[in-house]
Amino acid sequence: MAEALDLSRFVERSDNGHAHITLAVEGVGCAGCIRKIETGLKKLPGVIDARLNFTQHRLAVDWRDAEIDAARIIETLKTLGYGAYPFAPELIEADEVRQAKWLLKCLAVAGFAAMNVMLLSISVWSGNVSDMTQETRDLFHWLSALIALPAAAYAGQPFFQSAWRALRARQLNMDVPITVGVILALGLSVYETATHAIHAYFDSAIMLMFFLLCGRYLDQAMRRKTRQFAGNLASLKAEFAHRFGAEGELVMVPVSALQRGDRILVRPGETVPADGLIISGFSEIDQGLITGETAPRAVDVGTMIYAGSTNYSGALSVEVTAAGTGTLVDEVERLLARVTAAKSRTVRLADRAARLYAPVVHATAALTAIGWLMAGASIHDAIVTAVAVLIITCPCAIALAIPAVQVVASGRLFRSGVILNSGDAIERLAEIDTIVFDKTGTLTLPDGVVDDRAIDPDLLERAARLALSSHHPLATALTKCARKRFPYPEAVEEPGRGVRTLIDGEEACLGSASFCGLADEALVVPAGEREASNICFAHAGRFARIPVRQRLRPDAVAVVNALAARGLNLIVLSGDRAQPVQAVAERLSIRRWRGELTPAEKITAIETLKSQGHRVLMIGDGLNDAPALATASVSLSPVTASHLTQARADALFIGDRLEPVLNAVLISQQAKSLMRQNLVLAVVYNTLAIPIAVAGLVTPLIAAVAMSGSSLLVTLNALRTRFDRAPSLSSDITSSPTKVLDPDIKKTHRTEADYAVLPPAEAGGGRFQHDCFAHNRLEHDALEIVR
Amino acid sequence: MNVLIYLVPMALLLGLIGLIGFMWTLKSGQYDDLDGAAVRILPDDDIEE
Repeated sequence: MAEALDLSRFVERSDNGHAHITLAVEGVGCAGCIRKIETGLKKLPGVIDARLNFTQHRLAVDWRDAEIDAARIIETLKTLGYGAYPFAPELIEADEVRQAKWLLKCLAVAGFAAMNVMLLSISVWSGNVSDMTQETRDLFHWLSALIALPAAAYAGQPFFQSAWRALRARQLNMDVPITVGVILALGLSVYETATHAIHAYFDSAIMLMFFLLCGRYLDQAMRRKTRQFAGNLASLKAEFAHRFGAEGELVMVPVSALQRGDRILVRPGETVPADGLIISGFSEIDQGLITGETAPRAVDVGTMIYAGSTNYSGALSVEVTAAGTGTLVDEVERLLARVTAAKSRTVRLADRAARLYAPVVHATAALTAIGWLMAGASIHDAIVTAVAVLIITCPCAIALAIPAVQVVASGRLFRSGVILNSGDAIERLAEIDTIVFDKTGTLTLPDGVVDDRAIDPDLLERAARLALSSHHPLATALTKCARKRFPYPEAVEEPGRGVRTLIDGEEACLGSASFCGLADEALVVPAGEREASNICFAHAGRFARIPVRQRLRPDAVAVVNALAARGLNLIVLSGDRAQPVQAVAERLSIRRWRGELTPAEKITAIETLKSQGHRVLMIGDGLNDAPALATASVSLSPVTASHLTQARADALFIGDRLEPVLNAVLISQQAKSLMRQNLVLAVVYNTLAIPIAVAGLVTPLIAAVAMSGSSLLVTLNALRTRFDRAPSLSSDITSSPTKVLDPDIKKTHRTEADYAVLPPAEAGGGRFQHDCFAHNRLEHDALEIVR
Repeated sequence: MNVLIYLVPMALLLGLIGLIGFMWTLKSGQYDDLDGAAVRILPDDDIEE
């Protein structure tokens, strides 16, 4: 592009003239991609290093600033077939990464200490039943102390800090008994060692810490993974705006850099980056993302337009009145603030259990000590018994088992196309009995689909190739029909009207009917097709009216049937006109639907449902859905949803199919029953073990072993489902009499949904469809190796 | 039992070496791209043609 690209906000420059940028890369799917990108970039003059992180789909590039610039690197990637977007890591993500490293370090130290202390302990135990002298035993105990004390001081920090924070806030959390238990066990052991006793409990304390840290790390890893993915998505979706510079020249700037009073150009097919007033030009605007309304609205000089709407036909100059989080978005935010506050009151199962359980643990331990003292035992024996109780009741089953189930379930969800935003979403998903769907972009696909039944394929192919030269959203839908994916040379787009070029010496036009020189009577639209938007193509005396319409997601009927068969109430709430909503609802045999709803009305509708005792899953993608998503008990969004909406949803689903919704519900229900099973296991274990510990029959060591055993048991129980196949719809589809699979799905070979984690075709994303999506991944790798 | 004088420090030393090794792998970013390492062995671009 001729226009200058201003990326300075993302580039880090060092003193020696080197520069560095991190890019989120779209379209990476295989080993070949790594090589292609890295060698392709290193061939550029001035590029020092390029390294692709395959896990995160992020590319780090270093170059000498004098020789090349960032825009050129992005251009090169584009010619290689990959979309790349500057990536600015969010603070919160950097924080998570730091925390993960810290936890891993603590885990390593605890692991090291546990191994070595056990080495010494086992020697002592075997020595105690044979001929070990007291001096040797003391030496071993002191050595254990030497290892365990510093290790505990280091590796225990996550617990100590959290416990301290809770205590300062005058609350109890699970880390308080853990901290007390560990400190007591260590202190007691030092005393025992100093008094030449037979038992010391360094091993119990360290083992406890090690197992708990495993649970912490797993839990944290799951959240970090989602955060990283969301970070990438944010950059892929981060838009650029064309800003007029001081001398009227156009500069591309990230939308986040726009300010009030800037003048920007919005071209046809682009998303409006900020709220503003039109100062020149006229066009049609699609505000579907904001209001759910699908019909475009005509706009003119002096009209306010809002961020998130799509510009259809003409180029507009706009003076920015509010950027970034603009006025309309503000309105939505305000609604959101209210409902999110309400939601945080639902407490997570684990937290709820912990809050009830922590005081019980402390009380039992204290009562045990007091009871033994009153029964005439020595202070030493009373404390040993109390510590054993504290350790054995330590809810590792809760601390580890629920995170483990969550990790396993979120992994399975990830593989079936659902990305979790919050870990407790699984619990809430499992409990739903009502599903509320938005229509546009949720039940239907976000992009229009060409209805090609009545069109000569030859003519369609030419129209589709011509469409490659246009930015118009309708044309973008048409390009998917093109078998040869390169545009005609010398095609000229007349903004707002259409594209024309010469094909085989004859003029070809693609655009409105008048642009193609067609008389109106040639274009009588049959009844029942009024919802479709039409685009016309004329070439060498032949013409075609190509309807572009919203299509249901290919498996919508089957999924909706499967959900209904599982006894869930299904409701459609849409901001669109009543007629298309009714059409969709009828096609899906959903009896309850409402159209023309404002965001506030959607909230009211959901709140009414909730007050009737229903637990509601809301699925929506528009900006107008964001508050409703936050109101619902739990929410899902397609990955093509607007930014703000995604941030509010508890989980996102990938791809063109609706099947992930069904999977999300099924996997969550399984996970929930597994969590319950684990809790029951933990409770049974405790009811058996606590009386024995209180009776003083268990030493802290046996308590630690038993505790670890129960942790392992519940973890293994959680892992049981790890390799289960994701519940599949295929059986439902084949057996379902209402098999309405869209023929288009075969044409677009959308297999990338299986492993690619990128939105397939929003805002031109489809153009970067790399060839490895077309193949099976293994096949592709094999090909790469053969080459 | 004099053998303990060097056996115990040796055991500890071995453990420490393992710990330091792990810390080093963590610090040098070897866990940053676990999937990438698995696929990077596939291309043989290190072989001169």
